[in-house]
Amino acid sequence: MQGSIDSTPVVTGHEVAAHEEHQDLRVLGLITFLASEFLMFAGFFAVFLVFRGSHVQWPPEETEVELLLPAVNTLILVSSSWVINLGTKAIKKNDLAGMRKWFGITAAMGAIFLAGQVYEYMNLGYGLKTNLFSNCFYLTTGFHGAHVFIGLVLILGVLWRSRRANHYTDITHTGPEMAEIYWHFVDVVWIVLFSLIYLLTLI
Amino acid sequence: MAQADISIKPTELQGGHGHPDKWKWYDYFTFNVDHKVIGIQYLVTSFLFYLVGGFMAVLMRTELATPNSDFLSPELYNAFLTNHGTIMIFLWIVPAAIGGFGNFLIPLMIGARDMAFPKLNAIAFWLNPPAGAVLAASFFLGGGAQSGWTSYPPLSEITANLPQTLWCVALIMVGTSSILGSVNFLVTIWKMRVPSMAWDQMPLFCWAMVATSVLALFATPVLAAAMVLLLFDINFGTSFFKPDAGGNVVVYQHLFWFYSHPAVYLMILPIFGIMSEVIPVHARKPIFGYKAIAYSSLTICLVGLFVWVHHMFTSGTAPWMRIFFTISTLIVAVPTGIKIFSWVATLWGGKIRYTTAMLFAVGLLSMFVFGGLSGVTLGAAPFDIHVHDTYYVVGHFHYVLYGGSVFGIYSGIYHWFPKITGRMLNEPLGKVHFVLTFIGTILTFTPMHNLGMQGMPRRVAMYDPQFAHLNQLVTVGAYILAVSVIPFYFNVIWSWMKGKEAGPNPWNAMTMEWTTDSPPIIENWEVLPVLTHGPYAYGMERSDEVGPAGEPLPASRS
Repeated sequence: MQGSIDSTPVVTGHEVAAHEEHQDLRVLGLITFLASEFLMFAGFFAVFLVFRGSHVQWPPEETEVELLLPAVNTLILVSSSWVINLGTKAIKKNDLAGMRKWFGITAAMGAIFLAGQVYEYMNLGYGLKTNLFSNCFYLTTGFHGAHVFIGLVLILGVLWRSRRANHYTDITHTGPEMAEIYWHFVDVVWIVLFSLIYLLTLI
Repeated sequence: MAQADISIKPTELQGGHGHPDKWKWYDYFTFNVDHKVIGIQYLVTSFLFYLVGGFMAVLMRTELATPNSDFLSPELYNAFLTNHGTIMIFLWIVPAAIGGFGNFLIPLMIGARDMAFPKLNAIAFWLNPPAGAVLAASFFLGGGAQSGWTSYPPLSEITANLPQTLWCVALIMVGTSSILGSVNFLVTIWKMRVPSMAWDQMPLFCWAMVATSVLALFATPVLAAAMVLLLFDINFGTSFFKPDAGGNVVVYQHLFWFYSHPAVYLMILPIFGIMSEVIPVHARKPIFGYKAIAYSSLTICLVGLFVWVHHMFTSGTAPWMRIFFTISTLIVAVPTGIKIFSWVATLWGGKIRYTTAMLFAVGLLSMFVFGGLSGVTLGAAPFDIHVHDTYYVVGHFHYVLYGGSVFGIYSGIYHWFPKITGRMLNEPLGKVHFVLTFIGTILTFTPMHNLGMQGMPRRVAMYDPQFAHLNQLVTVGAYILAVSVIPFYFNVIWSWMKGKEAGPNPWNAMTMEWTTDSPPIIENWEVLPVLTHGPYAYGMERSDEVGPAGEPLPASRS
């Protein structure tokens, strides 16, 4: 830099952008985005509720809902939210190994959930086109499954990047934090979904 | 003059940290993360789509010049009808008003170097051209979507399935773009203002963009849900909207209008923001009712989410719902009226300069009051049931979309063109453009109200010969509108290359974007500006510290 006033401490644009002004806003951005994402699921749920309210028999006879496997699956997914939180707690104490352990367990639990969902799909005895209930069922659970898959990819991405030295520390842990927030989002959506589509059939 | 408080002016900073001083022309065709480049990309592409959509409209009006269907084939007419609406809304007004002006202006207005997420910003833009390409491709793969821009099932499920699928895909793409853009705007305005700028010292355009972004954020995903369900119905054999299999077509209407009603506010709220910037600058007066304008934007955003059923008064809506949604619809007129009054009060006694930007702003005032009033009549269920699906509705929404949004975009272009390009637009040519547009708009869209009252249905290529005379008038108006864009496009292209140099602040405006060079350098300022006065502090002593409407700032903010 050839400034004529070398002795004066000059704030260049780039330094301002990097340090003072442009703070890390990714977490805020993600939360804003997820608020929007939730509304898409809300749209699907609204459609489901309208159909449920306007049909005498819901779900119809040939599409009985299997409850045991999804209940176990729910247990796994909901508790994984707690596990991933242990992971980010660990990295905030600069415990990289701890973070990797808990994130690994979360990834495994997510994978089990997805495998359970695929197993459920294969053994239900009805498909996407069977009737209106199965339409709604496969669409909502399928979309949620896609989101679980994306969350899984995020967690694996965090694990992959954590191999680099000092990539995640007690100061720089936005990546794990965002993966955790996304995972909680997936969880919350599942709780609503499970209540609407599975539990409401009991009533 | 509103200049940054720069005591030390360092030299050659831009070259110092690996940035070029200026972008080359081909940088504008690449994945560039600079918010100003993205803003220009949005504006230029949307103005291209404006020509495409306008061309379709002219062909349709040519068809409608005579009662018989003798110019376009019915399929082509339907495809133009569908894609004219889709392109004008999703690829012209929304990207130009929100993406174009929002991206270019927000960081400049709040004293930031870029948006919060520059890469995300570029991704949001680059979803738009492929969406347009998908729509264009649908014309060659089965003749284009045929079921109107609303794509109501069951019609959309029994006509031209492949083009309809492409239409849904294109809408999901522009919807995603809109959501990502909104996330960016909200976080940027929230967190990246210069430290000296409080919320109530922000230019009103930024307030309008907050309201717009919240609306887009909550409404757009519901449209995506509707599109996904429609896609599954068409392609994967589900029956969400198939009545014979237990589905319900009205559910689609609810999902669609939950987005598409707020979409009209997406198209007008940024324009209200542009108006609130243009009018005080060209009337040389502080804006009247800064807080009223800011809060009315938020009120429109909130109320706008609860009025969608007024599009469905004839879809078997229960009477209690008609009452609720009539009232909530009419309430929207209150915050809108507050804005109109504030602008008129700002004009009152101002030293008005009749620049083209100001002409379009004042033109918008008259057009929007007219279009808004026909909107109030349509919001009342008894009248709406009478004129539903007639040309009255077409007249109303073209009045607010053309006389409102398009006039606003023009006004914004004339106002900020010197900032965007560093050169002035030619004013006499601009005035020719304004006069043609003004006359064309009135001639095209006013007779539509009469046609509707007399019972001419919309969306048709053939009509009863008794409507022929008024339709010919409308067609003549449409041709005038088509001609009106010629001086504008010529003016923009010619002035961009050879126009008069503008200097940093040709209008002597007070907002922060005018404190940087024209066009702004990369990263906007060498040293970030410090807020010394409000955005509309006209007629005040320069040394005084004053708020947005001219009142002195509290000591804590100075």
